[in-house]
Amino acid sequence: MNEIKIKLSDVHKAFGQKQVLRGVNLDIYTNETIVIIGQSGSGKSVLLKHIIGIMKPDRGHIYVDGQDITQLSEEELMKLSRKFGMLFQGAALFDSLTVAENVAFGLRRHTNLSEEEIQQVVKASLERVGLRGVENLLPYELSGGMKKRVGLARAIAYNPEIILYDEPTTGLDPIRADAINELILQLKKDLCVTSVVITHDMNSTYKIADRIAMLYEGRIIEVGTPEEIRHSPNPVVQQFINGRATGPIEEW
Amino acid sequence: MTRQVWASVFENFFFELGQVFELGWQALQSIFKKPFEKANFLQQLEEVGVNSLPVVSLTAAFGGLVFGLQTYLAFHRYIGPGSESQGGPIIAVGLCRELIPILVGLMVAGRVGSAMAAEIGTMRITEQIDALFSLGAHPVRYLVVPRVLASLIMVPILTLYGDIIAMFGGFAYNVFLMKVNQTLYVQNTLKYFELWDVSVGLIKALIFGLVIAVVGCWQGMTAEGGAEGVGRATTKSVVVASIAILILNFFLSKVLPSTLG
Repeated sequence: MNEIKIKLSDVHKAFGQKQVLRGVNLDIYTNETIVIIGQSGSGKSVLLKHIIGIMKPDRGHIYVDGQDITQLSEEELMKLSRKFGMLFQGAALFDSLTVAENVAFGLRRHTNLSEEEIQQVVKASLERVGLRGVENLLPYELSGGMKKRVGLARAIAYNPEIILYDEPTTGLDPIRADAINELILQLKKDLCVTSVVITHDMNSTYKIADRIAMLYEGRIIEVGTPEEIRHSPNPVVQQFINGRATGPIEEW
Repeated sequence: MTRQVWASVFENFFFELGQVFELGWQALQSIFKKPFEKANFLQQLEEVGVNSLPVVSLTAAFGGLVFGLQTYLAFHRYIGPGSESQGGPIIAVGLCRELIPILVGLMVAGRVGSAMAAEIGTMRITEQIDALFSLGAHPVRYLVVPRVLASLIMVPILTLYGDIIAMFGGFAYNVFLMKVNQTLYVQNTLKYFELWDVSVGLIKALIFGLVIAVVGCWQGMTAEGGAEGVGRATTKSVVVASIAILILNFFLSKVLPSTLG
């Protein structure tokens, strides 16, 4: 239970002249839900994409189950994606495929199930996120909340070990946002997954997090339980979690 | 200051050219790697080939007609009335070696290349390309390879189809409209027109097909900046592919032998 599932070691990443990650160090334990908070544009999405291998760091290493994924070939990274399920910010559903085909996508590539079995798993996956009868709809026919739920169903269909959530509640009304929070908690219980959530929604954070890490100026400046973070002596952390415009964080 | 600007323009140009070559090479290598995206490939065959038939038919018909017209006029004016049947081989060779490959290439670049850039570009800015990766589908194998393979197959076929329509157009203009002697026209044509002339056009079409698909896909995959970025990628893919086709056409015409015999 206290094994390190994912380890980020001195991760650096720049885009042109802009240095986004300046030496990120973070240990993520098996079965925990860790929430990474930080300002918009602070590099949270970039960090998440490094964990799953979509991006490669300029410097530093990322270990998943002890394996250094920065040294893997593209073939090996494709196989590694079996361990991950990712919910993207806008859900990123494939817009020319139906809901059922979207949810079945990862299943078809990662498993050897028959067509019948795939349809059953698709149905079960959609039911788990509270959707019924939407299999034949196209993404443009769905509301924002439904899109996110389909995106989540797609990410969990093949039972990944690690689920990554990129701002899961952003853009949703408070009720739907809390429904997603409940889902994240439920999935952790049912599937025993390790969850990495990035968000700037503090309500959501306190509800779902086992630990919280704050990303600021390209580094993790503090990690702790929700209680520890709430009482953090760091003025940067306090300014962020209390939502104050004035303080040590001046750029916005 | 200007020197710096020019230096960075050149650097950028060669950097992008290198990236396009890299994508093309990766796509060609991946054609025989599993998993084969059969459904996507069949869809692209239809999109590139079947759906381009109407536009290629019109282009080739009117291309053939106008080339037939100008050749008729040239012989009529400069050699003399009655000599027009000697235009047959010029029409056939000119169409098959140059005009039809270029026209078909440009039409397909406009129709298909832009669609590839737009579709893939939209996927890029909505994170669908990242989603493909996260679900175990290699974006190049899933998106680019089917498009490249479909273009490599369909653009030469469309060109051959265009050759036939255009040559008939030239023939129809001269023989049916201008009453040129049919036997002489056909005899002259067969005397000087070789299978190699058609083959040259098809070799060009193969290369044009590759350029159209790789440029279109690359523009899409590197699109950024929202809807404006996708729009830019779409326009650029047509312009870049079209110019590349015109430049490559000249060098290919120079390099490929005029006759095999």
